[in-house]
Amino acid sequence: MMKDDDVDITPTQGEKLKSKNTVLMAKLFSAIVLMFGFGYALVPLYDVLCEVTGINGRLVNDNREASTAVDKERVVRLQFTTSVAPGMPWKFKPKVNYVDVHPGENTVVYFKAKNLSNLAITGQAVPSVSPGIASLYLNKTECFCFQQQILKSGESVDMGLVFFISTEIPKDIRTLTLSYTLFNMNQPVSKTASNLQAAL
Amino acid sequence: MSTLSAVEEHNDHHDHKPKGMMRWILTTNHKDIGTMYLIFSFVMFLIGGAMAMVIRAELYQPGLQIVEPNFFNQMTTVHGLIMVFGAVMPAFTGLANWLIPMMIGAPDMALPRMNNWSFWILPMAFAILLSSLFMEGGGPNFGWTFYAPLSTTYAPDSTALFVFSVHIMGISSILGAINVVVTIINMRAPGMSYMKMPLFVWTWLITAFLLIAVMPVLAATVTMVLTDKYFGTSFFAAAGGGDPVLFQHIFWFFGHPEVYIMILPSFGIISAIVPAFSRKKLFGYSSMVYATASIALLSFVVWAHHMFTTGMPVAAELFFMYCTMLISVPTGVKVFNWVATMWRGSLTFETPMLFAIAFIVLFTIGGFSGLMLAITPADFQYHDTYFVVAHFHYVLVTGAIFSIMAAAYYWLPKWTGNMYNESLGKLHFWASLISVNVLFFPMHFLGLAGMPRRVPDYALQFADFNQLVSIGGFAFGLSQLIFLVVVVKCARGGEKAPAKPWEGAEGLEWDMPSPAPYHSHTTPPVIK
Repeated sequence: MMKDDDVDITPTQGEKLKSKNTVLMAKLFSAIVLMFGFGYALVPLYDVLCEVTGINGRLVNDNREASTAVDKERVVRLQFTTSVAPGMPWKFKPKVNYVDVHPGENTVVYFKAKNLSNLAITGQAVPSVSPGIASLYLNKTECFCFQQQILKSGESVDMGLVFFISTEIPKDIRTLTLSYTLFNMNQPVSKTASNLQAAL
Repeated sequence: MSTLSAVEEHNDHHDHKPKGMMRWILTTNHKDIGTMYLIFSFVMFLIGGAMAMVIRAELYQPGLQIVEPNFFNQMTTVHGLIMVFGAVMPAFTGLANWLIPMMIGAPDMALPRMNNWSFWILPMAFAILLSSLFMEGGGPNFGWTFYAPLSTTYAPDSTALFVFSVHIMGISSILGAINVVVTIINMRAPGMSYMKMPLFVWTWLITAFLLIAVMPVLAATVTMVLTDKYFGTSFFAAAGGGDPVLFQHIFWFFGHPEVYIMILPSFGIISAIVPAFSRKKLFGYSSMVYATASIALLSFVVWAHHMFTTGMPVAAELFFMYCTMLISVPTGVKVFNWVATMWRGSLTFETPMLFAIAFIVLFTIGGFSGLMLAITPADFQYHDTYFVVAHFHYVLVTGAIFSIMAAAYYWLPKWTGNMYNESLGKLHFWASLISVNVLFFPMHFLGLAGMPRRVPDYALQFADFNQLVSIGGFAFGLSQLIFLVVVVKCARGGEKAPAKPWEGAEGLEWDMPSPAPYHSHTTPPVIK
């Protein structure tokens, strides 16, 4: 073992080497702790980067001032898709699947939501735009996603969205997709409740 | 207690060591630990290989005949995990343990006790991983890349075991890497300057830094998966404000350097073997060192080429495409250097050289398919098809594994003191070479024709090629048993090996007798 191998090195040299090794080892261990932290630091870094550049499509401008200038030369298609998150017992559909609009044109579309459960549920819609970069040019003047919706059992509602597409949208973007996912805001509570019931 | 004192008593005498199991459990000798790593890696290679056989048997015909889709998914996942973390990486660590101290004139690794630990936690990690296969709900089934939400929302209950086993594998790699760095920086014999070190030592030094940089990021990733699944955090769940694409960014920030961790030591091995059997000095030593370092640095800025289809902005796609293509420059430097080394050399074709030449040719094929995948618009077609499977098996099997085989044949006489059976070695080589190409080459065509990866069943038009691939797979699997026979025969006896069995071999390890004495370089060697 180590003691063995050092036979031909004088003890002071052996000890010097040992402390040198320990120092380097400690440095490398601190590098490892740092890199573990860096792994976690990537999470806020990613959020900041996405917020600044709008590249993951999560940024949807809630610019509440209506547009005035309209670019009649161009037509852009905006498609709608909807989904409900697991554990959300609502039906949620757009009334039209797409609209063709001129950039700068103020447009209203409706989404229909219905609570299929026998409980009152609060829902929150979270938007996402594809291609991601197009999210910078989709402006909402009014949207049901600005607030939470409360629906009683069996109740249904038409929810409005007023938007315009910025006239500055790059020429190569001809089609945008706006997707909404509806989340059940009661769920963590109800989950705890059902867990409690199960425990009792 | 009595065993412990026995160990100490034994160690007072030079070449005595505890007998039986305790020798292996307590050992801090770099050669013992290297041997254990290599044996462990081969056992894992056979287990992971058996899983590949299950996959290929299921894919022999269209339709579902042998296993259920969920079990099929567990096989692809655990095959990948075992081959990456259980076979290739421990094999390289084993080679590092055996060779680095002998090559740089050090008496042992710098931190022998830690060395013992870094090996012995590894079997525990894989026992945990493999045992999860027998749990209710099955083992990990989300692919070795464990993309969220497959590994969080939709993962089996055993996912915690997967996470802990990856933690332990990571700790083992990190300890091994620290040991390598400290050994190379502090333990070189007087006169062994950095630019005199053999390339295997250089490539391992750079690999160890890569490990230190990215294994902690992997640990962070699996920890996030763990807390997302079990403790209600939402790093990767959109419902809680997270983002599943973030998972892919963090994972591939680890994952891309990881693939170079699995190939850089190969470059070192090939750079030792090609000059030995060409009887010439390695062409372009210093360019090899700089090329290795450039590949390592570039590996940090190419990760998103795994995710072109996630909807990145065009500017980012172009950036990652060009950076990826840039890697072919230092890699090309290496390939040309090896070819230039062979140029006008007096070549002989013993088994290690055959594997080394096959490595150069077939790894380059894998490199070219990698270049094709790097082209962003083309990648939209190739993404997640068998073309990708063909690509990474060419670089990992005919790349990393072939280089490990070459290394085993090259240094076996030094390790065991006996020559291996050359005709059996050649049989192993030719059987492997033919079958591995029957196995992986048609996968390119399958992928280009649109067959997706990770599927237990496929459309009828892929049937013929899949049958061919499966036959190649079974043949390649069986060929590896020849290797087992060669190694066992060589360890047991055979023609006695001289100190330097290869005429053109260079390096300090060939100055000591074969087998290498249990304690070597107890006095620092003289470096010419």
